[in-house]
Amino acid sequence: MLRAGCSMAVEGCGIGDWEGRWSHVQKFLERTGPFTHPDFEPSEETLQFLLETCKILVIGAGGLGCELLKNLALSGFRHIHVVDMDIIDLSNLNRQFLFRSKDVGRPKADVAAEFINQCVPGCNVVPHFKKIQDFDASFYRQFHIIVCGLDSIIARRWINGMLLSLLSYEDGVLDPSSIIPLIDGGTEGFKGNARVILPGMTACIDCTLELYPPQITFPMCTIASMPRLPEHCIEYVRVLQWPKDKPFGDAVGLDGDNPEHVQWVFQESLKRAAEFNITGVTYRLTQGVVKRIIPAVASTNAVIAAACATELFKIATSAYIPLNNYLVFNDVDGLYTYTFEAELKDKCSACSQLPQKLQFPPSAKLQEVLEYLTENASLQMKSPAITATLEGKNKTLYLQTVASIEERTRPNLCKTLKELGLADGQELAVADVTTPQTVLFKLNFTSETCSIKHQSRQF
Amino acid sequence: TMTDHKTSKEQKYDRQLRLWGDHGQEALENAHVCLINATATGTEILKNLVLPGIGSFTIVDGHKVSGEDVGNNFFLTSSSIGKNRAQAATELLQELNGDVSGNFVEESPDKLLDNSPEFFHRFSLVIGVQLPESTYLRLGSVLWEAGVPFLICRTYGLIGYMRLIVKEHTVVESHPDNALEDLRLDQPFTELKHHVECYDLDNMEKKHNSQLPKNYKEKEAFRQLIRAGILTNENGTPEDEENFEEAIKNVNTALNPTKVPSGTEEIFNAEQCENITSQSPSFWVIAHGVRDFVRNEGNGNLPVRGTIPDMIADSDKFIKLQNVYRDKAMKDAAVVSKHVEALLQSVGKPPESTSEQEIKLFCKNAAFLRVVRCRSLAEEYSVDTFNKDEITSCMDSTDSEMVLYLMLRSIDRFYQQHSRYPGVYNYQVEEDINKLKLCVNSLLQEYSLNVNVKDDYIHEFCRYGAAEPHTVAAFLGGSAAQEAIKIITHQFVPFNNTFLYNAMSQTSATFQL
Repeated sequence: MLRAGCSMAVEGCGIGDWEGRWSHVQKFLERTGPFTHPDFEPSEETLQFLLETCKILVIGAGGLGCELLKNLALSGFRHIHVVDMDIIDLSNLNRQFLFRSKDVGRPKADVAAEFINQCVPGCNVVPHFKKIQDFDASFYRQFHIIVCGLDSIIARRWINGMLLSLLSYEDGVLDPSSIIPLIDGGTEGFKGNARVILPGMTACIDCTLELYPPQITFPMCTIASMPRLPEHCIEYVRVLQWPKDKPFGDAVGLDGDNPEHVQWVFQESLKRAAEFNITGVTYRLTQGVVKRIIPAVASTNAVIAAACATELFKIATSAYIPLNNYLVFNDVDGLYTYTFEAELKDKCSACSQLPQKLQFPPSAKLQEVLEYLTENASLQMKSPAITATLEGKNKTLYLQTVASIEERTRPNLCKTLKELGLADGQELAVADVTTPQTVLFKLNFTSETCSIKHQSRQF
Repeated sequence: TMTDHKTSKEQKYDRQLRLWGDHGQEALENAHVCLINATATGTEILKNLVLPGIGSFTIVDGHKVSGEDVGNNFFLTSSSIGKNRAQAATELLQELNGDVSGNFVEESPDKLLDNSPEFFHRFSLVIGVQLPESTYLRLGSVLWEAGVPFLICRTYGLIGYMRLIVKEHTVVESHPDNALEDLRLDQPFTELKHHVECYDLDNMEKKHNSQLPKNYKEKEAFRQLIRAGILTNENGTPEDEENFEEAIKNVNTALNPTKVPSGTEEIFNAEQCENITSQSPSFWVIAHGVRDFVRNEGNGNLPVRGTIPDMIADSDKFIKLQNVYRDKAMKDAAVVSKHVEALLQSVGKPPESTSEQEIKLFCKNAAFLRVVRCRSLAEEYSVDTFNKDEITSCMDSTDSEMVLYLMLRSIDRFYQQHSRYPGVYNYQVEEDINKLKLCVNSLLQEYSLNVNVKDDYIHEFCRYGAAEPHTVAAFLGGSAAQEAIKIITHQFVPFNNTFLYNAMSQTSATFQL
């Protein structure tokens, strides 16, 4: 194999090392400089810390993850864990360079770790073919720094919440040793961003939730009766026709990764489009809509992962003052970067530690509360489960994610808060995929004449 | 196509095909890129070209692999220490993608320039990495004469630098992020006029002398006009009319006056557009044809783009409206074709020289055409023509990225004088600071630059010791590769012409030097 690792020990170097191996890195660790972090002290021990002690978690082994693993391995980091719940797909190979066509179907984390461990002697990447939610605080607590290359806002919010839950306060003062820095990168086509989060100290993911553009969804009336674009036709087949026709069997859901499924949607979308004289339905468009595909190239991932890894290096070594705290990149027209300080949100539902308020009249229905939790721009919950303590007992008011409980609690949605037995000042506990910990809300009853109208339209 | 049988290549490249299309991919697969020096920066750039399927690459490198090289380079292993770097890197880069063919030349670029400079003429693009000044100036001159685009890249400590040199690079598909729609509401073409006459539109023309609302006050008045059109129910409460709401929201963007954008106007006025010869690239031939259209059938306007944004309407009405614009666009493109045909004939070129598809694409993008012309290195370096104004004004702020450019120029001077870079070994750092400062001063003096380069930067650049940390090389690797793809595919717009990245502050700047 081309990449047979060389474990030749050179005199004066550790096992797996050779002369000059870390010279590019050492210059930043063993020399003074005018722009270093105020805490920085040149020392040979810092490199040893990276090589022997520093423990990093990389979340995601995809476009950003592969780049991050390479960057960290070549910067002196040897103790790296990587988590990814996905398996390798052919369409990954244009940028996820640790994978080859023979690896299709295998877990990303496993193959990525194998490749790095083989090619960068001494590096020990431990893979986890799991969801981030499969781990608890004790797992995350072992890392010095965590870096994410995720493709989901929900997942980002979850890990953000997890790190916030690890913070400890003594007499209201944050214990710095409980802070695990979080570096987060994201890319889409030719755009990307990298940010540094010090949980409890700087803006967290939820502080800047409004920065994330809303997902494009089409109104149901357009899809059902007034399609104009080829995308509308595809959505019709995906959302309305598939559940009706059940083309591959009763309980078979539409799988965007199954070419037969996509082909069926494509053919039916063509028929739908023909009815309305709409042109432009192609297989590629069909797949893009069904899978919500985001275009991706190697170059953007390379840039953002590089920026993230540079920041990680700075934080691990105190070599320089880290990014404070958000970098935006776009190379559609020339190359554009913009660096700014995202601000802590005063009443952030994730990190402000302030009790969150819910203000509704007692005649408001539980449905309205549910809508508020999902539609409010600062909360953007996905499928919140609401519980309250009533008559000394913990009662689930509504839960969506388990079918039997959803059915049982559904009637509560039409009941008023008063009918449900809720009192003014009552605490409601809300659980959701966007956070590992339940969020506590305080219910404040407003007067009957004041009603909050909810704008529920999305375009 | 009705039945889309996806080849495995289409599947593999799916995510990028959605950005530059099959034709962009074809251009990429027909390209042959030359990389000079397989350092970390070089191999990272090449990795980001091999993965998307560049046709072929050739690495030119006379160096042997060192222990330091292997330490920061993902495409070198310790077993290749002492071997030729070009060969070692080619093997591992080639392995990334079987569709790509990799070659190597175990030779220094200087030797090639001495003996056979025409070696470089075969490439779509030459990328020179970590080159000394004398080499890149020589290479720059050869490639400028040969019309081969040249991209210089270097990672120096925590600084990244790129310089693009291409005489003239035309872009039809610039894919602008925020393009205004081409609705022609102020100058409706006949077919559009007839179409909307079916609807009951009021006569705003009479009140404002056929002018569009210009300022906020007028636009507000226009919005009120639309609002007044919303039906009310028996109680006098306005109905929930989504389409009217949408119209009100879009007043600002839909009412842009129809005109030829200044960028396109400049292209029409360019010498290459005016004087079409049998050597003229099709970009200029078609541009001339569109210009002829604008001056005649277009009545001062570009061919209609033909696309309209989605809007709340029933299917039938929307499709009919869409077809009005589409049909007009096709008609206009056909007229442009006639002009182009006549033009080709007049210079003795066959009509097949430009395709229908090319002309249609050009017309659709007529408002977004871009031409990038980079100054040569000779112009940048000559005391007579260097961009003094840009350098001086940027240096008003002493921490501008421009200081990094001046430092790199000074480092080059240092290398010329001492045949090495400053501060490579620990014992050199202190004494090299003064030597480097002399280089900075001689640079500023030679160009009569009255600017202040802070000592901190001189110290920092000595500290770097010509290190090439992997993460900075990787940042540049992604940046440079995408610029290379822009040059090859003629899609999206390349930078012009000097890019500096500061990994300490995570900031960057582009200068035209």
